[in-house]
Amino acid sequence: MSLAGASPAPASGAVHVSLRGVSRIYPGRAAQPALHALGPIDLDLAPGEFFAVVGPSGCGKSTLLDVMAGLATVSAGSITFEGRSVNGAVPDGVGVVFQEDASFPWLTVTDNVAFGLREIGTPEATVKEKVSYALNFMGLGDFTQAYPAQLSGGMRQRVCIARTLVLEPRLILLDEPFGALDQQTRLLMGDELLRLWRETGATVLLITHALDEATMLADRVGVMSARPGRFLELVKTGWPRERDSTIVADSRFGQLTSRIWTLLRAESLRAMGHSRIAR
Amino acid sequence: MKARDSLLLILIVVAAWQVFHWIVGDIALRSPLVTARHALALLADPGFWPHLRETLLAFAEAFAIAMGIGLFIGLTLGASRLAGDVAEPILVALYSIPKVTLYPVILLIFGIGMPAKVAFGAIHGIVPISIFALNAIRNINPVYLRTGQVLRMSPLSATRKILIPAALPEIVTGIRVGFSLTLIGTLLGEMFGAQRGLGHMLLQAMTRHNMDAIMALTLLLVVFAAVVNAALLSLDRHLHSRA
Ligand SMILES: Nc1ncnc2c1ncn2[C@@H]1O[C@H](COP(=O)(O)OP(=O)(O)OP(=O)(O)O)[C@@H](O)[C@H]1O
Ligand SMILES: [Mg+2]
Repeated sequence: MSLAGASPAPASGAVHVSLRGVSRIYPGRAAQPALHALGPIDLDLAPGEFFAVVGPSGCGKSTLLDVMAGLATVSAGSITFEGRSVNGAVPDGVGVVFQEDASFPWLTVTDNVAFGLREIGTPEATVKEKVSYALNFMGLGDFTQAYPAQLSGGMRQRVCIARTLVLEPRLILLDEPFGALDQQTRLLMGDELLRLWRETGATVLLITHALDEATMLADRVGVMSARPGRFLELVKTGWPRERDSTIVADSRFGQLTSRIWTLLRAESLRAMGHSRIAR
Repeated sequence: MKARDSLLLILIVVAAWQVFHWIVGDIALRSPLVTARHALALLADPGFWPHLRETLLAFAEAFAIAMGIGLFIGLTLGASRLAGDVAEPILVALYSIPKVTLYPVILLIFGIGMPAKVAFGAIHGIVPISIFALNAIRNINPVYLRTGQVLRMSPLSATRKILIPAALPEIVTGIRVGFSLTLIGTLLGEMFGAQRGLGHMLLQAMTRHNMDAIMALTLLLVVFAAVVNAALLSLDRHLHSRA
């Protein structure tokens, strides 16, 4: 039993997800003026691609995830997933792990992870099998009957990851899923994510603030500007599909990470309002 | 609270009662033992049971109505942000009106008897239950609802499986507060607008200065309220401990 088995990406050319001129403006309210949070953005994700997004805090990364998932409407531009337009409704086959803790406090770990499967009417025997596999996979095997309140922040985030992965989405959007983890666990979870990505053939978009994580995991790293977030550069890593955290020792790893940092440094300073320090 | 703590608390209350009794004298305050004996005598009196039945019936109806209307108002207003923003201050204002001022109106509408005291009990409970339910819905973590959207749940399904369970702990707190206030309202209703029931008995005992009866009735009511409240409180704690 494994989490593999997501239907392979459909033959809609070489593009799985496509964004054209996508912007999002939060409308103003009372004393709050309208806020241009994102874009314009053009982006094509190939089927089965692992794409990472890095950018200064508040640049619109979570907003990008929202519009791609169909959780928010675009203010301009268009998004297609598997050839169909996405705007304000979540398409079938998309899984999201949010930046905030979204585990349901009224359900045990097991029932949390089983929630989506039960929702689509999966037979209970299959639910059991998939959930127990996912829980062991996520290192939650000893906490199946615990409530989220009894878990650490990182463990709760893993519950949310498991809840999304058991549904075998074809597009997985993750918003800083390892934010609450220590560096060692983060690297190991990264390995697991890579393994899962290979097994399922899913397209992955990972938002992260850890540059080494982005470099190590992704096929391409999108470096975003300060708000309104646009892609300054899409950095190709060129890693083989079979890879794991040991590539941090590769000489190109340092070069790539430092390239991304150079791009980001100026933007991060700008985002914090220190435009004169940055050169 | 552990069973041992509860027992200790009861002992302290009874001891304080006894000490008070020694200080203020037998005319103003009967001793715990005498009161308990009178309460038992009341329970043994067949004439008492129809009154008790009447009160429990009125209270049950009032509480059911308060829950029904209160949850309906709270949940519907909570579901719409704007309606909730407008309605909350109005509900709070209503809550702070002394309900007794509404009493003549209710008597005019319902006359003396069962419907009047049910109505009086219910109006005490509706507002707190609806305020708590309203805030329970409004304060739900939005990421839970977004999770429902990603799972492409229907609004009905998301309400049943996410909205309600997420709001339940706060709703139960409201029901607990509503329970106590509805009981008080029902008894007040019986005092002013009924020929039967514990509230009526209490008022009669008061006009006749029958201290034994007053204290015995009060003891029985306190015990009833404390038992139900303890049960609701433990449910409340259980739900909140997971949140
Ligand atoms: N619901 C909203 N209404 C108005 N403005 C919003 C809303 N959500 C986000 N914003 C604004 O949009 C901008 C982008 O926010 P977003 O959450 O996408 O940033 P982010 O890149 O994910 O930041 P972080 O790295 O801190 O998570 C921010 O300036 C934020 O204040
Ligand atoms: Mg974010």
